[in-house]
Amino acid sequence: MKSKFHPDKNGYFGQFGGAFVPELLFPNVKELEDNYIQIIESEEFQQEYKSLLKDYVGRPSPLYLAKRLSEKYGGHIYLKREDLNHTGAHKINNTIGQVLIAKKLGKTKIIAETGAGQHGVATATVCALMGLDCTVFMGEKDIVRQAPNVARMKMLGAKVVPATSGSKTLKDATNEAIRYWIQHPETFYMIGSVVGPHPHPDMVARLQAVISEEIQWQLKEKTGKTSPDTIIACVGGGSNAAGAFYHFMDDENVELIAVEAAGLGVNSGESAATSQLGEVGIIHGSKTILMQDDFGQIMEPYSISAGLDYPGVGPLHAFLYETNRAIFMNATDQEALTAAYELTKIEGIIPALETAHALAVLPKLNIKKDQVIVINLSGRGDKDLETFIKHLD
Amino acid sequence: MNSIYNLLQNKSKDNLSIYFTAGYPGLNDTAKVIQELSKSKVDFIEVGLPYSDPLADGPTIQESSQKALQNGINLDIVFEQLVQLKTTNKTPLVLMGYLNQLLKYGEEKFCQKVIDCGIDTLILPDLPMVEYENHYKSLFDSYGINNVFLITPQTTVERILKIDSYTKSFIYMVASSAITGAKGEISQEQIDYFNRVNSLKLKSKLIIGFGISDHQTFSKACEYSNGAIIGSAFINYLGENGTENIDGFIKTIKSDY
Repeated sequence: MKSKFHPDKNGYFGQFGGAFVPELLFPNVKELEDNYIQIIESEEFQQEYKSLLKDYVGRPSPLYLAKRLSEKYGGHIYLKREDLNHTGAHKINNTIGQVLIAKKLGKTKIIAETGAGQHGVATATVCALMGLDCTVFMGEKDIVRQAPNVARMKMLGAKVVPATSGSKTLKDATNEAIRYWIQHPETFYMIGSVVGPHPHPDMVARLQAVISEEIQWQLKEKTGKTSPDTIIACVGGGSNAAGAFYHFMDDENVELIAVEAAGLGVNSGESAATSQLGEVGIIHGSKTILMQDDFGQIMEPYSISAGLDYPGVGPLHAFLYETNRAIFMNATDQEALTAAYELTKIEGIIPALETAHALAVLPKLNIKKDQVIVINLSGRGDKDLETFIKHLD
Repeated sequence: MNSIYNLLQNKSKDNLSIYFTAGYPGLNDTAKVIQELSKSKVDFIEVGLPYSDPLADGPTIQESSQKALQNGINLDIVFEQLVQLKTTNKTPLVLMGYLNQLLKYGEEKFCQKVIDCGIDTLILPDLPMVEYENHYKSLFDSYGINNVFLITPQTTVERILKIDSYTKSFIYMVASSAITGAKGEISQEQIDYFNRVNSLKLKSKLIIGFGISDHQTFSKACEYSNGAIIGSAFINYLGENGTENIDGFIKTIKSDY
C-alpha cells in the first residue's frame, strides 16, 4: 500500500524528515535504513512480534465504549485501552518491535532516552526479557521528578545515566543518547517516539500502527464499520498519535485530532504546543516544526506532563499539520488535570497526564449525536499519582 | 579573502588550526582570541557558532557554547565581531556551526554574511552528503563558499572519493569514532586508518581533528596529514586562564616556531 503519508526514499514526509546526522552516525543509520522494512515485513519477525504482543504485552488492548463519558459529551466515545498494556502505556509496542530488529541485526547493547520514564521502563523491560545490556539516558531533572520509574528501570537491570547538559530534560537526554551512539556505533539506539533521523520515525510509526489496525476490526465488531468519524490522541513527539492515526491517514472521512500540551497557555511562555509556537527547523536529526528563537537556538518547552514537553514533533505530524490532514488542538495543564479527574470519577480509569490532554478537548468539540469517536488512552496514571494528589484541591 | 585553499596550497605540512567558541570565555573575547592566535602564527582558526544542541561536540565544547549563549552571543553579534576584523586579520577563518542556525537565520542571508566577513569555508557537522548534493552545493557554489566534509574510520572508500570530488579546501579526518574531546594519544588503529586514507591519493588536503590535544598528538597527526585541529584542549585553556598568554598555550603545541 503506497500512501502519501509514507516517507520518500530520503525519509521525507513532504518537506519534513530526512536524516541530518553527523558522518559518524551515517553507517548506523544506513544499516537500519537498508534493513528495517525487510525485517518488519518478514514472516519470522511478524510471528514473534505478534506472539509477544499477545502473550507478553496483553494485546489486543480493549476498545471500550465509555458510556458515561458519551452521555456527558454526546456521540459514541470509545477508549482504546493502551493503558492496559504491560508496563502501562503504548510505549512497549515499539520496544518489543525494536528489540527484535536489534537482535536480527546482531546488536547486544541497547541505549534509549526517556522523559517521564515510560519509554525507559519499556526499553528496560524488553532488554530484561531478551537478556540484553541496557543503558537509559534521562535528564537529571526528570530523574528527580520520576523517581519510581528510575527505580523500576534499575530493578529491571538497566543502567540509568543522568543527562546533565542543557536543560537536563528529555531533549538533553536525547542529545546524550545520540552522543553516546556516536562514540559507540556498535550499540542499537532504541528511540522512543516518531522522531529522530530517518528511518526512526517511520520504523516507530509502523510498530505503533498495531493500535489503528486493532481499532479497525474492533470497531467493525462493535459498530459494523471499520472507521470512526474522529480519532483523538495527544502529541509530544507523537508516537501514540502516529499509531492511532496510521491506518486512517489515507481515509479523508476520518477526522484526526492531535492534542498538544499548552502548559500554562499557548502564549504564556510556558508551553509545549509546538505546532502553534514552532517553525521549520532541525532537531535530533530530523527536519520538522521546532520551538526555537530567532537564531535557531532550541527552546525549552514546558508542560505539567514530562512526556509531552518536547520542543519538536515527529516529521509525520509536522506534515499532517502543514497539509491540514490533522487538526491540531491543545490543552493546558489545568484542563488536562480536570479531564483526568473526570475520567477517574465517571469511568473509573485514572489516565496518564499525557493522555489526559487528549481527553481535555472533548468539551471543546461540537459532537454530533451519532458521531463515533475513538480516543487513544495511551497510558495509565499510576506514575502521576503524586501530581494528581498535589492538585486534588 | 583569506582563503584556506591558498594557505593549504602554499603550506602542505604541519598546519595548526585552533577551534574556539565565539563569545567565550567573554562575550567580547572573540576578536581578542583571534588576534592572539594570529600573533602566535596559528595557520587557520575555526570559529564555533554557539548552539543550544551541539550533537557532534563533547562536554567541553558544549559547556563553552552554553556559556557563550548565556553571555548573550547570537549570530548577528558574531558576524559583527568578525566583520570588524576583516581588514586587520590575516589568518584564514573557518566557521563551524549547525545546520539549524543557517536554516533559521535564512540560508541566503547567512551565506552573504559569511562572505562579508571574508570567510569562504564552513563546517556543518550535521549537514549530510545527500542534502548537500540536493540543495546546499548549488547555494554554496553561488556564494563561493566551500563546505568541509568529515570522514571517519567507518566512511566507505566510495563515499570518501565522492567527498574528495566535492572538496575545495580540505577534508576533516575524524581521528576516531568519537565526539570531540581531548583524548591523550593516537592509537595504532587510528594510524592504520590514516594510512588507508592516504593510500587513496586524494586531491584534497587532509586535516585531522577530534582528540588532538598537545604537542605529541599534534605532531603525530601531522605525520599522516596536512595538519590538525585542536579544540577542546584550547577551550579548557581559555576556561582556566581566560585570554591571557594564549601564545604560551600555542608554544606547548608548536615548539618549533
